[in-house]
Amino acid sequence: MKNADLVILGGGPAGLAAALAARQAGVQDILILERDAELGGILNQCIHNGFGLHTFKEELTGPEYAARFADKVKAQGIPYKLNTMVMDLSADKVVTAMNRTDGLFQVQAKAVVLAMGCRERPRGALNIPGTRPAGIFTAGTAQRLVNMEGYLPGRRVVILGSGDIGLIMARRMTLEGAKVLCVAELMPYSGGLKRNIVQCLNDFDIPLKLSHTVVDIEGKERVTGVTIAEVKNGKPVPGTEEHFACDTLLLSCGLLPENELSRTAGVALSPITGGPQVDESLQTSIPGVFAAGNVLHVHDLVDYVSEEASAAGTSAAAYILHGAAAAGRALPVVAQNGVRYTVPVTVHPQAAETLTLRMRVDNVYKGKALAVYAGETCLWRRKRPVMAPGEMETVVLKADALAKIPADAANLTVTLEEV
Amino acid sequence: MKDVIIIGAGVAGCAAAREISRYNADILVLEKEEDVCCGTSKANSAIVHAGFDAAAGSLMAELNVQGSRMMPALAKELDFAYDPCGSLVVCLSDADRPALQKLYENGVANGVEGLRIIERDELLAMEPNISDEAVAALWAPTGGIVCPFGLTFAFAENAAKNGAQFQFDTCVTGLEKIDGGWRVHTDKGDLDARSVVNAAGVHADELHNMVSDDTMTIIPRRGDYFLLDHSAGGHVKHTVFQLPGKYGKGVLVTPTVHGNLLVGPTATDIDDKENTATTAAELDEVRQKSGLAVKNIPLRQTITSFSGLRAHEVHHEFIIRESAPAFVDCAGIESPGLSASPAIGQKVAGIVADILHLEKDPAFDGTRKGILDPKTLPLAERAELVRRQPAYGQILCRCESVTEGEILDAIRRTPGARSLDGVKRRTRAGMGRCQSGFCSPRVMEILARELGKPIESITKSGGASRIIVGIDKDSL
Amino acid sequence: MEQRELTCIGCPLGCPLTVTLENGAVQSVQGNTCPRGDAYARKEVTAPTRIVTSTVRVTGGTLPAVSVKTAGDIPKGKIFDCVRALKDIAVPAPVSIGQVIVPDIAGTGVAIVATKNIDKV
Repeated sequence: MKNADLVILGGGPAGLAAALAARQAGVQDILILERDAELGGILNQCIHNGFGLHTFKEELTGPEYAARFADKVKAQGIPYKLNTMVMDLSADKVVTAMNRTDGLFQVQAKAVVLAMGCRERPRGALNIPGTRPAGIFTAGTAQRLVNMEGYLPGRRVVILGSGDIGLIMARRMTLEGAKVLCVAELMPYSGGLKRNIVQCLNDFDIPLKLSHTVVDIEGKERVTGVTIAEVKNGKPVPGTEEHFACDTLLLSCGLLPENELSRTAGVALSPITGGPQVDESLQTSIPGVFAAGNVLHVHDLVDYVSEEASAAGTSAAAYILHGAAAAGRALPVVAQNGVRYTVPVTVHPQAAETLTLRMRVDNVYKGKALAVYAGETCLWRRKRPVMAPGEMETVVLKADALAKIPADAANLTVTLEEV
Repeated sequence: MKDVIIIGAGVAGCAAAREISRYNADILVLEKEEDVCCGTSKANSAIVHAGFDAAAGSLMAELNVQGSRMMPALAKELDFAYDPCGSLVVCLSDADRPALQKLYENGVANGVEGLRIIERDELLAMEPNISDEAVAALWAPTGGIVCPFGLTFAFAENAAKNGAQFQFDTCVTGLEKIDGGWRVHTDKGDLDARSVVNAAGVHADELHNMVSDDTMTIIPRRGDYFLLDHSAGGHVKHTVFQLPGKYGKGVLVTPTVHGNLLVGPTATDIDDKENTATTAAELDEVRQKSGLAVKNIPLRQTITSFSGLRAHEVHHEFIIRESAPAFVDCAGIESPGLSASPAIGQKVAGIVADILHLEKDPAFDGTRKGILDPKTLPLAERAELVRRQPAYGQILCRCESVTEGEILDAIRRTPGARSLDGVKRRTRAGMGRCQSGFCSPRVMEILARELGKPIESITKSGGASRIIVGIDKDSL
Repeated sequence: MEQRELTCIGCPLGCPLTVTLENGAVQSVQGNTCPRGDAYARKEVTAPTRIVTSTVRVTGGTLPAVSVKTAGDIPKGKIFDCVRALKDIAVPAPVSIGQVIVPDIAGTGVAIVATKNIDKV
């Protein structure tokens, strides 16, 4: 068995940022394992622009953003293996992986960063009735075909789900010659950015049908049509059906953190995010195993993935170089009253100089305040003109806020309240 | 002139082909779809029924019990996935106990071994997630589960190994009696044979009625199912049926040989023999009924829903006989057809051999090696395999850990995979929780390369089911 | 007097904007919550521009296509002219990020550049 100080599972934006941060913190012996044929992960197929405004102060496309990190990793000589599938991660941090050239191999790591990303919810998980012909794609699969391989997966398209990938694909399919007939969204609001609604749908007169879902798929060999209907109280409303003759249905109905390896290793997972339960150092329930990026919780902007993964890489380095930190008292972080979840779910206020809490809300809220309490003590409070489930919220608790935490506080609560 | 034309490459047709290939005979299997196992055989409960259910004295009962007894040895001989996990029929009310007793007695009359009525305590110990209402159950230790694709491919490949030929994308349009046999009209031209086996599933009545005045009626009976992720696979350890009674007829809940959980089916008689669309109403019905015998089924972990058609003959009986001279029906093969298929194949072969006075082929080789699944190998052996054949080191399907080596094997077999579904049913690539999102572009590349076809021509399941319709900007 | 309705893209608030124009000149912007909305509306009704991203075919590369973008904003009305002009272009591998694929796309004066590295097979 080989040894490595740090093994990073995944060479996408999270894995790359974690590797760079760990190297910067002094870890030499790093190995990145990537299942795809190149570094950069799913960014390589996100060829639209809008990435990197926070990180690089300019608008990059996905592949350009990925290349900035991949180039640094290569320049620093951080070892990575492509086309390499991690088969197993054990609780004692033995990574079993496989590729064509090295065959099946095992690495004993001192620390591991989970950076496997997420995957899309497929048709089956959505329980859409109808036939099962060719022409039903998740938006991401279509994105790969169109953007990386230059193949058109359909000519007349209905899209279910108005998250950003769905919106982006509406524009991409249109620009490559397909006719996008409509985007249906189950919720009464879009999960995507306003900018994408305007520039991906409105620019091309593609209708967005909120509170609508697909109730039937037709076609034996290839899709020949789909029927959508209005949804009220979670049920399709009879009489509101509208039929579209089309050859393609794209599904953009949510992303699920990909934690099969974490689960077999015994990492405790959050039932809400589907990602590992971490503390403020992004350490999971297994000491020395850290998580960052979409494997932890689905992010809206890749800039935040890089930032979070960088923190995970730094934490992993500290663990490798200095051993487990004496963290002091652990406080659970409770999300309530409109806040759906927080990452981290536990914090050690004495161990941290600042605490970054990331979260999402469960509905569209206008004119509410986001607040963090320790018991009765308000640590932080800001008015937010609007908060939406599609956008991550970030709260940074600085030393002055942390100093307010009472010694007997049982937990931190993150909550929405009236202004 | 062929000796035998078998119409239909489902489990019955393929079992018949394999059993007839024991003889010196020129066999051709015709299939209207692009692959074997494309109809009823691909979408069912994947159960090896012990044989307590079919009416005592029926052919269905006889062949079910026989088939189920043959299954363990056959699974070794033909190397397909089979698990004798046993089955339970759960009784949810004391008022229904007489029906449970009746089922037990029917099973005993059919010759099913090991049947026993167990009480709630024992049941609960066997199945901790059993319904709080369950009072007793019929325990059938000889029940099991099987991979229906694996079983059908095994029969087909072994038949091919012993000389049987397969012709796909060929739809039979008429049958004409000729001197010394039959002329089979197809959309690809006429083919002559000394005998015909009608294993056409839901379409068997149409073929039968072309040659016989004794009208047969097959009704497609559709059933919807949910397939759940591996994470839910351990929810039950045995196949759990619900005894029809106080709560009506339920649905079954069973593990699959690949570690998923299967819940269903409904039973709706329909007109269209090609209509395998699921419906919201029926999926709802499965959802509602699934909790009757087993509680807390994690339906949120559903990875796909599907429906299949049973070839329901109106008298609910297998019809296996020479219905016209040298025309052998193998019809009405609905549940427990999968369980009975080894015996069905034998029975058909016996009839055909008698008609044609066939001689046994001394060179017959009844063994078949399935597609090697490297996951089943110890680590060291797997490492050695990858060293020798690097394609086994390249995982293409992340969810089911399927390697390029397995996919190449699936394509290079006879009959081999020619579509994404063909690869999926042979190797499970695309069968997992992401439902082929990640692996389909890669599998398409390999299919195109291996079959020497452009990637645009690769289909999901033959015919017009192309995945890619053009290249970027081709219509601009 | 002409009125145009827009949705502001500056933030998740998505303010519904009403722009009043006279002879093509903006008279007023209403509905915005902040100055960014005003600026967005004025540009969007007078000279809307977009970055266009698309693909170009690659010969002899590890992938059959490379992603590209306009090196700067082009007029919104030129989007389809731009992608149509890319239709018959094929570039030989290797391709590197920033490589100019078309110096002046659809008469906009803006270049099309590669956004991804594609190695030779």
